[in-house]
Amino acid sequence: MIRAVLAFAGLLLTAFTATAEEEIVLGLSQAEVSITTNFDGSEILVYGAVKRETPIPEGAPLEVVVTVSGPSTPIMVRRKERRFGIWVNTDAIEVDRAPSFYAVVTSGPLSEVLKRIEDLRHRISIPRAIRSVGAPMEIADPTQFTDALIRVRKEANLYQVIEDGVKVDEQTLFRAAVALPASLTEGAYDTRIFLTRGGDVVAQYETVIDVRKVGMERWLFNLAHDQAFIYGLLSLFIAITAGWGASAVFGLLRR
Amino acid sequence: MQIYLPIAEVSVNAFLLLGLGGIVGILSGMFGVGGGFLITPLLFFVGIPPAVAVATSTNQIVASSFSALLAHLKRRTVDFRMGWVLLAGGLIGSGIGMFIFNYLKSLGQVDLLVTLCYVIFLGIIGGLMFFESLRAIRRTRKGGRVQRKKHYWVHGLPIKMRFRVSGLYISVIPPVLVGAAVGMLSAIMGVGGGFIMVPAMIYLLGMPTKVVIGTSLLQIIFVTGFTTMLHATTNQTVDIVLAVLLLVGGVLGAQVGTRIGVRMQAEQLRILLAVLVLAVCGKLALDLLLEPSELYSLSPVAAE
Repeated sequence: MIRAVLAFAGLLLTAFTATAEEEIVLGLSQAEVSITTNFDGSEILVYGAVKRETPIPEGAPLEVVVTVSGPSTPIMVRRKERRFGIWVNTDAIEVDRAPSFYAVVTSGPLSEVLKRIEDLRHRISIPRAIRSVGAPMEIADPTQFTDALIRVRKEANLYQVIEDGVKVDEQTLFRAAVALPASLTEGAYDTRIFLTRGGDVVAQYETVIDVRKVGMERWLFNLAHDQAFIYGLLSLFIAITAGWGASAVFGLLRR
Repeated sequence: MQIYLPIAEVSVNAFLLLGLGGIVGILSGMFGVGGGFLITPLLFFVGIPPAVAVATSTNQIVASSFSALLAHLKRRTVDFRMGWVLLAGGLIGSGIGMFIFNYLKSLGQVDLLVTLCYVIFLGIIGGLMFFESLRAIRRTRKGGRVQRKKHYWVHGLPIKMRFRVSGLYISVIPPVLVGAAVGMLSAIMGVGGGFIMVPAMIYLLGMPTKVVIGTSLLQIIFVTGFTTMLHATTNQTVDIVLAVLLLVGGVLGAQVGTRIGVRMQAEQLRILLAVLVLAVCGKLALDLLLEPSELYSLSPVAAE
């Protein structure tokens, strides 16, 4: 089905008359992710085509890099050390901005499809997507902390690098799947697509995937934040009712 | 079956949570402990953020304690008079405890202090109960009557009050102090405090074991209810969906636990609780002593 849509899109595109450069025409399988009670992760299909007026340029083939980034927040990274025989948090570094979720999907090994200088410019790879400035003077190895942040989040599947995750057909059509894990925070997920040739970015495109709670999840979240007192009373009411209910049911069963 | 928790913002297995609630509920009914010292670490292990785990388990404790309390009320094993006296002390204590907690938070290292508190208190209480119960059981085996000391130093203090259900005529000062100490610790450690309250009532106040459990539950409900409200209004970290799952398991477990508890002898009950307390203590101590597999930890920075 998707293949058919893609093929159709491709046909339409070849019919376009040419402009100067290569451009990206993009589609998303869903522009919105709804978090419901039984939300168990979601897979988003990013697909698109390259619009160009000239024949496919000679030389290095077209490569595609897709990044999806969740909302960025500051994060405190702490390190444990042995003091007086027990392990305690000692050094800590505040990472200024780290995305809650970050995926890089490429059509080949990242080091080959993207030059270092382009990575620095567009902040594409995971270490570049994290901003950490001003580590305290007394910490000799601040990079250890950002490395640890990446390691911990990679283990939780929150940071992903999927090389060869983008399929490129005829240097014109491409598609990539991004798996969003179940533990997702709300917000606008910036989605960027880069076209590269020989490691240089030749075109880029940006869009947003909206991740939000819906239905009961939304209602409870709002209640907890806007009407905290009522929410607290509701929690207690449920607790007391449940306690009484179980007692009553067991009382009946015993009779 | 996976379920997404709106406040914790994680997706977890619903049956796992029901099971956790059930186990803690059984213990709560058997021993009169709220189970907070057990459920909070378990929730961390499942992957619930610590702030949400602490706040939500207080709400869950209200439910399972209330269910267990009703069972004890039918058996008339609740000393209301003693309960109110303890509670009066408890509320004062939790106010002081909150103050200490916030002060330590501003200094950092509050996690370490909480864990150390757990290890020290669980270790002392568990150890004392274990050996005392062993001695009591050995004495019964020899055929001698279990004669608990009836006279404590606390009997000499002024403002005496008669606690008919407990069969005591003592000063109100020790119960108020016990309540305050427990309230303070529960605010710092994020638990109901039953595991401290129960031994304190038995060994410091000399109350009969059967009455102790119901009375401790009465006090726990109010202290944890108060704490739940504090967490809900100041931090918005009570997850109602998580709480419902835990408490459905919890209230059922509490009913089962109460029935098991009634069939068992007081000494056996105490030795089991002691073993449980020591096990949790040992686990926490190991966490402090052994090198963790991941030396680094992440925590959100509060927005200014």
